[in-house]
Amino acid sequence: MRIPLPLFIAVPLVMAFLLPMFGRKGKTAATVLANLVTVSLLVFAVASIGKTEVYEIGKWSIPLGINLVLDGLSSLLLLVISVVSAAAMLFSARYMEQYTAKTKYLSLFLLMVAGMNGVVLSGDIFNLFVFLEIASLASYALVGFGCEHEELEASFKYMVLGTIASIIILFAIALIYGNTGTLNMAYISEAIQNSGLNAGLKFALALFIAGFGLKAAIVPFHAWLPDAHPSAPAPISAMLSGVLIKTLGVYALARVIFNIFGVSVSIGWLLIVLGLLSMVAGAFLAIGQWDLKRLMAYSSISQIGYVILGIGLGATLIARGANLAWASLAILGGLFHLVNHALYKSLLFLTSGSVEMSTGTRQMKQMGGLAEKLPLTRATCTVASASIVGIPPFSGFWSKLILIIAAVQAQFYWIAAIIVFVSLCTLIMYLKVQRYVFLGELPENLRQAKENKGSMLVAMVFLACLCALMGLLVLVPGLKQAILDPAVKVLTDGLRYSANVIGM
Amino acid sequence: MPYALCFLLFMLGLYCAVVKKNMVKIVIGIMVMEYAVNLFLIMLGYRSGGTAPIIGQGQLEAGMEQFISSSVDPLPQALVLTAIVISLGSLALMISICIRTYEKYGTFDITQIRRLKG
Repeated sequence: MRIPLPLFIAVPLVMAFLLPMFGRKGKTAATVLANLVTVSLLVFAVASIGKTEVYEIGKWSIPLGINLVLDGLSSLLLLVISVVSAAAMLFSARYMEQYTAKTKYLSLFLLMVAGMNGVVLSGDIFNLFVFLEIASLASYALVGFGCEHEELEASFKYMVLGTIASIIILFAIALIYGNTGTLNMAYISEAIQNSGLNAGLKFALALFIAGFGLKAAIVPFHAWLPDAHPSAPAPISAMLSGVLIKTLGVYALARVIFNIFGVSVSIGWLLIVLGLLSMVAGAFLAIGQWDLKRLMAYSSISQIGYVILGIGLGATLIARGANLAWASLAILGGLFHLVNHALYKSLLFLTSGSVEMSTGTRQMKQMGGLAEKLPLTRATCTVASASIVGIPPFSGFWSKLILIIAAVQAQFYWIAAIIVFVSLCTLIMYLKVQRYVFLGELPENLRQAKENKGSMLVAMVFLACLCALMGLLVLVPGLKQAILDPAVKVLTDGLRYSANVIGM
Repeated sequence: MPYALCFLLFMLGLYCAVVKKNMVKIVIGIMVMEYAVNLFLIMLGYRSGGTAPIIGQGQLEAGMEQFISSSVDPLPQALVLTAIVISLGSLALMISICIRTYEKYGTFDITQIRRLKG
């Protein structure tokens, strides 16, 4: 059965514009509808696993028209986006009751999902930019959703840097169009293979790395993230840290570098250095934080470093002409860490939302002893912390293990050492969370704190189960071949992407 | 030469967005950058003395080759139209955030709007 690819974009987009009409009275109906949309997207995404398809919009054949491309990498990202958005939407059904204008929130949420699905599926680089802007604009508005002092300040900061990133990306697209005369990614790649890289295209590549790096919050470009992610409502923090920085940043960067420009040793080393910088700097900055969500936001920077490191290691190995199996292993580690990080970081932000709703504060110094008051939040938070630290058999362990094996195999022993060191730093920060939030003495004013029930709990338990079972994705060969291997193959195939797309 | 001026405009916008302390001036700087990129896109498709790429009465008398070599590239114009619509959206959102911030803090000066740090 063919999957109609435009549904991934059209369903959330149409719903996003219908929901505000429900107004205050139809709040419950709107919530149910929005949940139905995210769940049906999850079903579509599961159905699309293992398929490769090209859809030509309006039956205009490429390069005249715009195409949507579904391949291994796209379907992996679609699956991650839909799992996290289904959980976050379920969580917000109850959590967002404390805000006014819930239908507007739901509408912006679906708009963001539509934009991300579009970025992942687009086969046309200008179309990718348009969807990237849809997702970014929705996220700027969602960060400032509370309209309090901090939220507005964070939203403005995020918006200024995000808009500059978008303009840089548009500039790079203009340069590419000027040099190759086409906007279709497959044809751009073909033109670059025929003509080689000239100065204009090299400048465009540098602009792409800066622009997508700003969106992904890699270390020299990370300043906005620790303000923006904690200020958003908890389910939105989960979406932003869990999937938005990955689709707009890491996915787009990997697609441009591997499939359009082709890898080179210098680009691979640049990615490795950026990844290591993000890992170390993010971890050090996170340890000193006393705001629960701010600590988690800094740890996102550190974790995104792992993903960039894995992809960069793969790029270096491919460009050197080393054993392709080694490069595949490094990329597998990076992509698997991307999936794992999406799950456990969104779960951590959801638990922080649950804690904030029960206690009314995010400052760890004012909390303590919540283990007896919030037993289930505590249990899910512990599962997520164990995953992010990398305690077997939870998910983070397997992806870090793969990355370490890949680094040792390629004889970068110092990289393996840094990976282990940053894991230890991560252990310190999440021990701090456990110690100050859930253990210790219960302050007088928190004696009335109650566990959150209903949809919030279901969402957290769902993600916690996934975190615990994620190891199966690499241990069961059938699952690995169906989900992860096609995604890795898209990146290791590199420039053959253009022939694959044009041939279909 | 026009490309260099266009790049200068881009850099002026970036300078304004990075250095200025007033929120509204930062927004203006960002918009100058946006217009510099739009101008760059338009210049890519421009051809001095070119005609509109629309086949009208008697346009094809000199042959298809002649028509193609004298008309301007229409694709960048379509891209710029899309980019202008997107930048309108982000401009509206940025200005409304500026207004809400002014209501809360009573100032546009970003050195005084700093509750978030660390």
